This record gives sequence, C-alpha cells and structure tokens, in this order.
Amino acid sequence: MSKKRMWSVALILLLVLSTALAACGKGSSSSKEDTLVFGRGGDSKSLDPSRVTEGETFKVTVNLFETLLNFGEQDTSIQPGLAKEWNTDDGLTYTFKLREGVKFHDGTDFNADAVVANFERWANGDADKFPYYNSMFGGFKGDEGHVIESVTADGDYTVIIKLKRTQAPFLKNIAMSMFAIASPTAFEKGDDQFERNPVGTGPFEFVEWKPNDSITIKKFDGYWQKGLPKLNKIVFRSIPDNSARLNALIAGEIDLADGINPSDAEKIEGNADLQLIKRPSMNVGYLGLTVTRPPFDKKEVRQAMNHAIDKETIINSFFEGQANIAKNPMPPSISGYNDDIEPYEYNPQKAKELLAKAGYPDGFEMELWAMPVPRPYMPDGAKVAEVIQSNLADIGIKAKIVSYEWGTYLDKASKGEADAFMLGWTGDNGDADNFLYVLLDEDNIGSNNYTYFKNAKMHDLFIQAQTEVDENKRVELYKKAQEIIHEEAPWVPLAHSTPLLAATKDLKGFLPHPTGSDVLSNVEFK
Amino acid sequence: MLSYIGRRLIQLVPVLLGMVFIVFMMIRAIPGSPAQIILGQQATPEAIAAMNAKLGLDQPWFTQFFKYLAGILQGDLGESMRTRLPVADEIWPHLAATIELAFFAIIIAIIIGINAGIISAWFQNSWFDYIAMVLALVGVSMPIFWLGLLGQWVFAIEFSWLPTTGREQVRDPVHAITNLYIIDTLLQGRFDQLWQVMRHLILPGIALATIPMAIIARMTRSSMLEVMRSDYIRTARAKGQKMFWVVYKHAFKNAVIPILTVIGLQMGMLLGGAILTETIFAWPGIGRYIYDAINFRDYPVIQSSILVIAFIFVMINLIVDLLYGLIDSRIKYD
Repeated sequence: MSKKRMWSVALILLLVLSTALAACGKGSSSSKEDTLVFGRGGDSKSLDPSRVTEGETFKVTVNLFETLLNFGEQDTSIQPGLAKEWNTDDGLTYTFKLREGVKFHDGTDFNADAVVANFERWANGDADKFPYYNSMFGGFKGDEGHVIESVTADGDYTVIIKLKRTQAPFLKNIAMSMFAIASPTAFEKGDDQFERNPVGTGPFEFVEWKPNDSITIKKFDGYWQKGLPKLNKIVFRSIPDNSARLNALIAGEIDLADGINPSDAEKIEGNADLQLIKRPSMNVGYLGLTVTRPPFDKKEVRQAMNHAIDKETIINSFFEGQANIAKNPMPPSISGYNDDIEPYEYNPQKAKELLAKAGYPDGFEMELWAMPVPRPYMPDGAKVAEVIQSNLADIGIKAKIVSYEWGTYLDKASKGEADAFMLGWTGDNGDADNFLYVLLDEDNIGSNNYTYFKNAKMHDLFIQAQTEVDENKRVELYKKAQEIIHEEAPWVPLAHSTPLLAATKDLKGFLPHPTGSDVLSNVEFK
Repeated sequence: MLSYIGRRLIQLVPVLLGMVFIVFMMIRAIPGSPAQIILGQQATPEAIAAMNAKLGLDQPWFTQFFKYLAGILQGDLGESMRTRLPVADEIWPHLAATIELAFFAIIIAIIIGINAGIISAWFQNSWFDYIAMVLALVGVSMPIFWLGLLGQWVFAIEFSWLPTTGREQVRDPVHAITNLYIIDTLLQGRFDQLWQVMRHLILPGIALATIPMAIIARMTRSSMLEVMRSDYIRTARAKGQKMFWVVYKHAFKNAVIPILTVIGLQMGMLLGGAILTETIFAWPGIGRYIYDAINFRDYPVIQSSILVIAFIFVMINLIVDLLYGLIDSRIKYD
C-alpha cells in the first residue's frame, strides 16, 4: 500500500509542477543591457584561430585576439591594428611599429618578442597544425615555397619581416583573423590546451565553452582602447536550425541571429521589435562546368549554357532579391573587378545557335549536380537546380538532377566526376587572388578548381599578379584574366548574395563584416 | 540469477565486436577523407598525404582496425580527429544532455501512454478509445520538425510560457559538475536554475516523447484487451472488486510484460540521440555530436560513440529482461 501511496504522491507532485511551470511567464532574464546573446548555426571547432579554416571559429576569436593589421570596419582595406604603422620600400622588407602599453589577458606584455614568438610558432609547424599558414605563406620553415625569410625584433616595439620574394596580398594576409597574435606564455603551455584556453589582446576574454551549446566571453578590463568594449559579456549560442534560431530571436532568448533565410526577411522587417541586417557581400555562387568531360570540353557549349540560364528568375525566386546577378567569378567589391565585361544575356535562341555550332543541334544528356546544403551563396540548391533544368530543356539539353551528401559531393566533384555542379565561395581576405587564382588556376586543380579549367595565358597573369606590388598594374592583370575567363566560360556565374542577419531593435553599433567575422566591441543596447 | 547476468554479459562481447567491425568498415566506405575536411578546401595534395600519415589513415585497414580494437580493450576510445580531444572526455557532456532529455521524455511517454492505453482498453470502442487511438496514430506519424517548430511558435512566441531552444538560461548559465543539469542545480542548491532547466526540458521532451508515447499507448491497449478477457478478471469482478482496482491492479500486472519490452526498446532508441529534436531545439546531445562527426568523417568519434550507444542499448535490454522476473515470479533465470 505504501508503495502505491508513494506513486500517487509522485504523480500529484508532477502534476503540480507541470501546472506551475506552465503558469510561469517569461521568467527572470538577467540584466539584458550588458549581455549579448549571438545565435549562430554551428559551434566553433577550436578557439585557436591559427589552427582551423572554418568561419565559426573566427566569429569568436576575432573578439578575443587582434592582428597586426586590421581590415576596415566593413571592407577589406588595410587599417592599423596591433601595429600602428608599417612600411616597405621594395615589397621584400616590411617594418611594423607596434602599439605600446598593450597587454594580453593573462598579463603578459605585448611586444616585438611576442610577435616573433607567434611567427616562429607557425613557421615551425606543419600543415596539420596550421593549415592556413601553409596556404597563405606557401609552406613552412625550410620549404621551397615558404615566402617568409625571417621575422625579427628590432627593439621592443619594432618587428621586421623579410620576404624571399614579393607577395602582393602580404598585408591582407597579415590582417586575416587566423594570424592573430596570441600570448606566448599561454601557447607555450601546449597547443592542445591553448585551443580551449585562448589568450589574446582582444576586447573580450574567454570564460567558458560548452561544446555544441555555447561559448561565453567577457569584457577584458585591461583593454588598450579606452571605453571599449561596451558590452560586459557575449554568449555565442549554436542553434543549428534557421527557423528555430529566428523563433529564439522573436522570443527574446537571443539578441542577434545570423543565417537568416531570405524568405524570412519580410517577416523580420514587418516586426516592430526586430531589425534586418545585411552583411556586405563577398561571395559568389556558380554552376561549374567540368571542361574535361564532353561536351563541356567545347567552348561553344559552355557559352551556350551561359546564355541558357535565366539568372534573374533564380535570384528573384530563391534569393528573394537579396543578391546581385554575377557576371564575373568575384564580387564587385573586390579590387580588380572587371566591370567592362558584357554579361552573357539570357537568350535561349542564341544558346541554341551556339549548340548547333558546336555540333549538338539537338542538345545532349547531362547530369546536373544540386548542392545538398544551404549556403549564403546558394540558399536552396535543389530548387535552383530545377530552374536550371527547365532552362536547359528549352534549348534541348536533358539534365538529370543528382545530389549527394555534402562531403561526398565535394569529394566527387573535386575528382572531376560531375558534368555540371553548383558551388560557391566566400572570400577570406578580399583579394582577387583569393577568388580567381584559388578557384580557376591550373595549380588548384584537385583542390578548389573543380572545373579542371586550364589556360596558360591566364596562369601567367595570375603568377605575375601575385608578385606585383603596384596595385594599378595588378588590377590590370586581373581585369585581363577575367576577360579570358568570360570568353572561355568554365562557369556560369550565378549570384553574389547578401547574407542576412537579424537583431532586436535596441541593438546598436553592430557592423557586419564581409568576411563573416564581426568585431563586437562597439555593440551596445540603447 | 548472477550466472545468468554473467552469461548475458559474455554474449555482449561478440555483439559489440561485430558492431565495431561493421561501423568501422561502413564509415570507410563513404567517399570523402577526414584529412581533406580537416585541412579545408585550400589544402594541397602533399598536405593531405602528410595528414593521412599523421592520422594513420595510410595504413592498411586491418592494421587500423586492430589498433583501434587494442585501444578499446584498454579503455581508450581514441582521439577525435577534428578537435584532437580524447573521445572519452568529449562524449560525456553530449551523452549527459541526451540522457537528461531521454529520461524526461520517457517519463512523459510512460505516464501518458500507459494511462491512455489502459483507459482505451477499459472503455473499448468508446469515444475516448477512438480519439486516443487516432491521436496515437497521428503521434507516430507526426513529423518532429513540424511539431517542434509549431510548439516553439505556440508556447514560446505566442504565449511566452516556455523557452524555444537550449538547455539553460544562457544569461545565467548552469555551472556544470555532472553535466546532468537537474542534478547540478540541485547540488548547488540553485532552485531558480533548476526551474529554468525544467522549463527548457518541456518542449523538446514532449516532442521527443510523442512517438514512444503513441507506441506505448497502443501496446498497452492491445495487451490489456487480451488480459481483460481472461477468466480471473471476470472472477475478480464477480467478487465485487471495484473496476478501477481490477483494471489497474489485477489486469495491468499481467499485461505489463510486453509493455515493458516496448519501453525498454524505446528508451534505448531515445538514448541513441534524436538528431531532429536535438537540431530543432538546439540541444547539445549525442545525436548532433555523431551527426557532426559523420560530416567531418571523424572516424574515432563515430566508431566510439556508436559503440557507447550500442552498449547502453543492450544494457537496457538486459535490465528489462531482469525486471520481467521481478514482476512475474514465474519467470526464472537459469
């Protein structure tokens, strides 16, 4: 009997509890004014920016660490960072004058020795440890391709970096968030332990990391810029589902959400408590044509594809207008963009003529690979593929839509197994090299040049541009390269999209950065 | 009894070994290499080769397999390729999050499912029976995605009763000790936080409970209907016993064995993590942990997490088998 009574008591308790829970209103939310909750799609992999290549890490670390040079607030121009001045005479020797009186979160002094220690750490690593260092500076100490000759301290606050040969985007590389200067005292304790206990000079210091859930950082009291940061605490929360993240924002559980679906933009603009924020675009979404697979080995066929696809309909229907039509492989915000290029207009008749000229008057059959995951540059791969499919049907091409799990998709596409595939790219440092060379040069076949496109003249232009220090001459080289790409048409460039964010109305001072890593020191609630 | 348990545990070994082997081979059969994913899109072929050597992926598969197996036998679940942390350290916070949610969900499912099933059987062919069984049918076929988002919309946005996502109030985070937040908040005497943790459990808990609840209700009903027709029930009623006690005491006791089996299986499934529920409610559980690991081709994490889940699954089944004997003394273990 007593057992039964215990059960009934338990049951009643449960009932009471659930009623009480339901009765409870929105509950106590601790001082909203000084804590920002930033909802995003995924968790960071590491908190040591030099060890990863993924954006979710940089979103956090850009607030914990600083770089010698900074990007502009909303562009990729070069601005002073931990170095207040820099100069070079020949593009081979760079002198950086460092800021004085800067401290790391652990009390270590920031000085020339600390900078040297950081570069030493990277240069003595390997591709497994520092993958980005490898790709931006051509290898490690002792490697043939390694661009950096030496990094030395000249007194306490001057650093001299000598290069083996000129590297045009060198300063932009230095400003990338992965080359943040970390406290030598902290990383000397071991790389693996440093990844989870990051120590930099940034406006915020690390507090706690709950994997797949949240990362908390708080104001660093000893920050060198007086009056900053304005917030006391930031919590980065991982909410994988876009709709659920928006729900959390509407319910007031988070203050800022990234990865907003273009289709939700209207809903946010119609909500008096919310604001829609547009991130400056630095991406491209495209349809790649594998030039080693017939009939895409014929230039006319590739040009026909460009004339056949109705980009405007795609952008209006699936980007909800939050994108611009692409005509080049990189967005107009990047220096070297060739605006004189006349885009292939949507013209099925012309496409048919080109097909006939190439020897396919009745079209052909092909596979069209649809992206299985949403990305800012391609919010709905499957639906865009359907539009392309029907466009192609109009000129007699029978396209069969196929798709694979994302890892498999990239793997197979990089092996050249796709006829035509959708893909995109978001720039890392705002340099033309980071788009054109990385995505279309023969050196990158097997990694990022999925189309297997090769052109000797274009290759020469890229290599020349990499060592050309005169910006005007460089721009000319890239403009010429874009003419070749346009004529040869290994891609159908589709869109440069505007990634969307949303925030509560009272959030002020948030400036989204085109690279996707936002410095939050000026953010406040008003 | 003890020898029975011993025998069952020994039987576990080939089951788990076979499973480790199958998972090991399966994940290597999918295209895409961990090195490529770790190094990112800009990696050179040399860097990938070096990475493969470092991860031991350039060795023949049987060398890799026996190395992994040798590690497991020494209690070493391996190291994540992605985060470079031991899987054993990494897995617990995720598993704890899932355990908390799964227990909450199974309790809801049991309380509602069993009672709905009993009452349906008691008043067979009544309106309650029809409605309950239609709801059960809807329950098993309801898309969790839709149900979850709808729940958030109604209870979090329209009525502001419950939070939409997560495990805790992030502006006032729980200090994790065991990672089971209900226990952690109790240990620290933070009843205000316990309250918040409970509120965060409700929506995902109900979403996760729908399917088991429906299955338990249907199983209870059919099992009860069978028992209710037996002679001893008629005798009990003839003796003038109150119907309530006849149903809940005499009949239910004999109907409980198949229900228990179903509960055990469902519990095992819930502990395997529910990727959809965890995604919608941003729950940092084991389902998402494994899903991410698959996307990154993080072989040690996939292998070891599935091993841990399989182990839990078979243990729950063992416990259920032992419970049979506790409930029905006719069942003997020898």
